[in-house]
Amino acid sequence: MMTIMAIPTTQILFYIAASVALLSALLTVTRYNAVHALLYLVITMLAISLIFFLLGASFAAALQIIVYAGAIIVLFIFVTMMLHQGDVTIKQESQLFRPGRSIGAGILSLILFFETMFLLSPLYDLSEAGVSTAVSQVSVIGTKTIGVNVIGAKEIGLTLFGPYLLLVEIAALLLLTALIGAFHLGRRHQEDTI
Amino acid sequence: MITEGSLFFFSIALFCIGIFGVLVRRNLLFILISIEIMLNAVAVLFVAASSIHNNSDGQIMYLLILTLAASEVAVGLGLVIQMYRRSKTLDVDQLSSMKG
Repeated sequence: MMTIMAIPTTQILFYIAASVALLSALLTVTRYNAVHALLYLVITMLAISLIFFLLGASFAAALQIIVYAGAIIVLFIFVTMMLHQGDVTIKQESQLFRPGRSIGAGILSLILFFETMFLLSPLYDLSEAGVSTAVSQVSVIGTKTIGVNVIGAKEIGLTLFGPYLLLVEIAALLLLTALIGAFHLGRRHQEDTI
Repeated sequence: MITEGSLFFFSIALFCIGIFGVLVRRNLLFILISIEIMLNAVAVLFVAASSIHNNSDGQIMYLLILTLAASEVAVGLGLVIQMYRRSKTLDVDQLSSMKG
């Protein structure tokens, strides 16, 4: 597209944000202390929000911070504070999770990762797997660059309350179900029966 | 300019980290956190597709994923609290009362 490449600031920002997100996600799943893990999870969410912003999805970026970092993480932290007993919990957790024993799971996840990357790479020809040619065009992925298509809140609102009105109803029903379920599950039972 | 491939790479890597967490951890709270990471990886993919095709449908799906994540966390944390009240531990291997 552009003949004279300026400094690809967007690309550099994306790589930094993606590395931060992956690193903090890896730290999240390997911490003993639940509060530390949650703080790393907040960093992951903020980095993903930055990626959304770089993609031109500013509304999604705002929602990521408000709902994930603002509401879901706070819920997690409340529960952790209720159940956390300081050093006893951390000692228990170091009994439950041993990095040395997680090599098998790590190898399995890595196999899954490389397999999916291979399916997406140009090395793999979908037409030889019997997939029709219309689908096989998908396999030449990886070189096309994405321009910043800004999709604002107005466009999303028009689509959401136009053709996707049923989705709003379904989401409302889902939230009501979750509310009732969480209320029932979190209630303290007097007698020891469910 | 962000390439499609790097976005797919990022999303798949994040998803695999989430799978690794679910496989490795035995604490119910950490399993829920790993599921959150996996949901986020899918959300990144939807928003990226929305940006690639210059179409707002992907972001509508992102809104639905957000709603799903919120309800999942509410119910899941209710289960965590109930499990702690009953067995005083969050180790999922202790839940063996239905074992035959």
